[in-house]
Amino acid sequence: MPLFDSKDKSRYATFSRRTLMTAGTISTVLGALGVRMYQLQIVDGDKFRTKAQENSISARLLAPLRGRILDRFGTELATNRRNFRVLIIPEQALGGVESALDTVGRIILLTDRDRARILRDIGANKKFVPVTIAENLTWEEFARVNLHLPYLSGIQPDAGETRDYPFGDELSHVLGYVAAVSPRDKEDDSDPVLDLPGFRIGKRGIEKSYDTEVRGTAGVSRVEVNAYGRVIRELSRDAGSSGDDVWLTIDQELQKFVVQRLGDESVACAVMDVATGDVLALASTPGYDPNLFNVGITPQQWRGLLADDHRPLSDKALSGLYPPGSTFKPAVALSALEAGAITPQFGVFCSGSLALGNYVFHCWKRGGHGYVDLHRGIAASCDVFFYNVARRLGIDGIEAGAHKLGLGRLTQIEIPGERTGVIPGRAWKQATYGVPWLEGETLNTGIGQGYVLVTPLQLCTMAARIASGNEVSPRIVRVVGRNSEPRPELKRLQFSDAALAAVRSGMNAVTNDPGGTAFRFRIPNPGLEMAGKTGTAQVRKISKEEHLTGVKKNENLPWKLRDHALFISYAPVAAPRYACSIVLEHGAIGHPHVEMVRDILIYAQQRDPVKLAPAFPVSAASADGVRGA
Amino acid sequence: MSSRGYASSRRTVSWLDKFVHLKWGLVLLVTVIATTGIAMQYSMAGGHFYPWAAPQLMRFAMGMFLLMVASLVDIRVWMALAYPAYVISFLLLIAVEVAGHVGLGAQRWIEIGPIQLQPSELMKISLVLALARYLHGLGVEDVSRPARLSVALILIVAPAVLVLKEPNLGTATILLADGFSLLFLAGLSWWWILPSTGALVAAVPVAWHFLHDYQKRRVLTFLNPQSDALGAGWNIGQAEIAMGSGGFGGKGFVQGTQSRLNFLPEKNTDFALSALGEEFGFVGCVVLLVLFAVVMSYGVRIAMASRSQFGRLVAIGITLNFFFYIMINAAMVMGLIPVVGIPMPLISYGGTAMLTVMFGFGLLMSVHVHRQVEIPRSPGGFL
Repeated sequence: MPLFDSKDKSRYATFSRRTLMTAGTISTVLGALGVRMYQLQIVDGDKFRTKAQENSISARLLAPLRGRILDRFGTELATNRRNFRVLIIPEQALGGVESALDTVGRIILLTDRDRARILRDIGANKKFVPVTIAENLTWEEFARVNLHLPYLSGIQPDAGETRDYPFGDELSHVLGYVAAVSPRDKEDDSDPVLDLPGFRIGKRGIEKSYDTEVRGTAGVSRVEVNAYGRVIRELSRDAGSSGDDVWLTIDQELQKFVVQRLGDESVACAVMDVATGDVLALASTPGYDPNLFNVGITPQQWRGLLADDHRPLSDKALSGLYPPGSTFKPAVALSALEAGAITPQFGVFCSGSLALGNYVFHCWKRGGHGYVDLHRGIAASCDVFFYNVARRLGIDGIEAGAHKLGLGRLTQIEIPGERTGVIPGRAWKQATYGVPWLEGETLNTGIGQGYVLVTPLQLCTMAARIASGNEVSPRIVRVVGRNSEPRPELKRLQFSDAALAAVRSGMNAVTNDPGGTAFRFRIPNPGLEMAGKTGTAQVRKISKEEHLTGVKKNENLPWKLRDHALFISYAPVAAPRYACSIVLEHGAIGHPHVEMVRDILIYAQQRDPVKLAPAFPVSAASADGVRGA
Repeated sequence: MSSRGYASSRRTVSWLDKFVHLKWGLVLLVTVIATTGIAMQYSMAGGHFYPWAAPQLMRFAMGMFLLMVASLVDIRVWMALAYPAYVISFLLLIAVEVAGHVGLGAQRWIEIGPIQLQPSELMKISLVLALARYLHGLGVEDVSRPARLSVALILIVAPAVLVLKEPNLGTATILLADGFSLLFLAGLSWWWILPSTGALVAAVPVAWHFLHDYQKRRVLTFLNPQSDALGAGWNIGQAEIAMGSGGFGGKGFVQGTQSRLNFLPEKNTDFALSALGEEFGFVGCVVLLVLFAVVMSYGVRIAMASRSQFGRLVAIGITLNFFFYIMINAAMVMGLIPVVGIPMPLISYGGTAMLTVMFGFGLLMSVHVHRQVEIPRSPGGFL
């Protein structure tokens, strides 16, 4: 048999020919594929490399550690503490989220409200995003969860950092608090760190006004993510920098004493260094625990704070407006002396009232004080004397003098929410009520009633200015980070030394002369004596009926209608270092507020914080640190 | 004639003799390519043998065994098995249609005990064998005779239609391409070829109507990838990004970001070439193409050297089948054609594909080993 028959030969030839054609086609196609590879990888390689980077690299923010807030001696007033949290990673919960929560619920307390929130959070995120089940656990709870961890699939314990206010409600209105970021917070703040889940920003107090400084700079962790956003590994980490520490002028020891001394009353009280304006204590009681807002305040707690008639949420020291009453009289006296309306020897006869046109202006002392000069007018707080002074001085003089003492002006303290108050004048009345000033109103203004409204902090400023003769203004922040806050140079008050001396002498008599209104509550310790001025602010209008039948005694009124009791003071008399003001709401029965100030000033002088060396940041104290997002 | 005396029809040759005369260069080449594929599987698991590299290695080992066995089996035995194999594959295709396992939205697998079978893969081999056997009996002039041609066409089109119904456009295309290529190589007259090619082009709009929605979408997406950048166009876009970002030298082994991070869909199966392109760059891709080209040149030379028309057609059929895999997969991955589910042979993860490709090389090797065997046109007696 031949190897190839003729037919076989012909089809072999055809096959060979066509196979070569096929091989050529294959080569061409492979060449085309190679060209396409060249185009993708060489020609457009850079373009695709960029796209690949965008695909896979994602920058994650790391929350910076919030700077601390410290008192003048370095005591931590606001700091960060470990926050023991329990998280759930839904996709890792093998038996399902519900059963995982059931199991955890047997170890730590989970309310129905918690569960609803957790399930909502889980629904809003991808399945690998950890959701907080519970935070701020005690060590014991946390340890319990860790102990049971082998049986808790998808549950992850985590120790983060959260704000802590170790002194709770003692400093609520100074420090303010941090809370979750609201959409409104983001309107004029583009810091990307605000978008971090669980991030907190300052909402009130120093936490708010120094939020930028305390917040720090977010770190960035560049991570590789897959198509679903899951983090595969960290490529690089810029730790960012933690926030600056803020050092206050507050002396926490004194602050603590003040708050304890104020007790359960509704009181605003400020203690200042008369030489510098350093605020050593600033209290508005009752306060609230700022930790509540950080942790998450419950609706009951919130309603409780709102319903309290002692208004714990309001910072009375800065935003409470009160008629100064007789505490305004030193301002009137100073203004009149400076304007030449009176001399220190000026005197009037007080019969218990003064008639002006059809109106009769009463003195608080029904029988009258008899002959009263400036010294006695202040010491005994004679209204008729000050009606006369005011009349001689006129409203324009009162207005100018009060402004010089810091009344009716913002003190520019570094805490937000301060109010200006009102020192009335002709222009003010025309603008506010559209009617001209009446002379009778000048008389009322002269005894601190009528339209006059001041804040307790302004009263303290006034006391400090009278005591020092300098234009001191309150300040509460000493150092931010490592830089001392600049202080304006102190100017002398625009009052003559003689005028200041006359008024100081009257204020000394208030507490230290047997005829003074607060003699009973003087400081007996030699060298620690205080000078002051009492005041009462009417809360209600005296009715016509009462004019006839006699004004009801405060004791017989419900708490809400009782007058406010005020006192401004400085000590020691000889060389003043501390000024103090107090407003005891609805407390004008006896003089408990004067007793409070007496004790506070004794304590302040004995401790003498302004003589102690203040603390300053050392380089180690502000070492950078961050916590993971 | 002693040099070509072994493995002839007249002599019995020992298994050892056959083994020694295998094309060891081809075996080495296939091993190199498959190793590259296993390395890619290792890389895409982030530098781990599981879940892909180790099973792939196992399959390659099994495939190599299959290759050896297939290459030692006498070419006439394969010829005898051609029709039965075709019938079995065809029946399995029908079985898939009836009781197939639905996976990835398509009926492609059938489970026989622990083994998952893709009958469409088996059919690629069976079609080549059956068609080769049928054409072996025909002279050049016979191929173009309508009666003879119709039988061949039925052999080709019937399984292609079944596969298309699964639906598996890619494999159906390969079956048709394999079949028509063999007709062409067997000497089909140009008088048939040119008009039918023209008719095919004209039929494209008609065929459009028979496409599935997802197939239409793929075509439309292919024509304008931006139209659906996050949907169906995403596959192509991500594949191009992965591959393109590899640049000239690639990002390095296990350094690819796109593929490992799941930006690349089907990264270890159909789109494995993108991952390879990302990690080994243009250089790696071209080296792979060259290796493939050398494999195919082996196939062409083996075909040309065979003394039987069956052997020639089987060898070239297997080679072309391998080529169509490569062409369709690479073109798809690089955005030249719409996305169809065709793996890259020896590189992509997948059991059936690996085994059928290796078995195909076994047949190729058998043609080589038995290249001197002459088979009468009508095999008659010995079958």
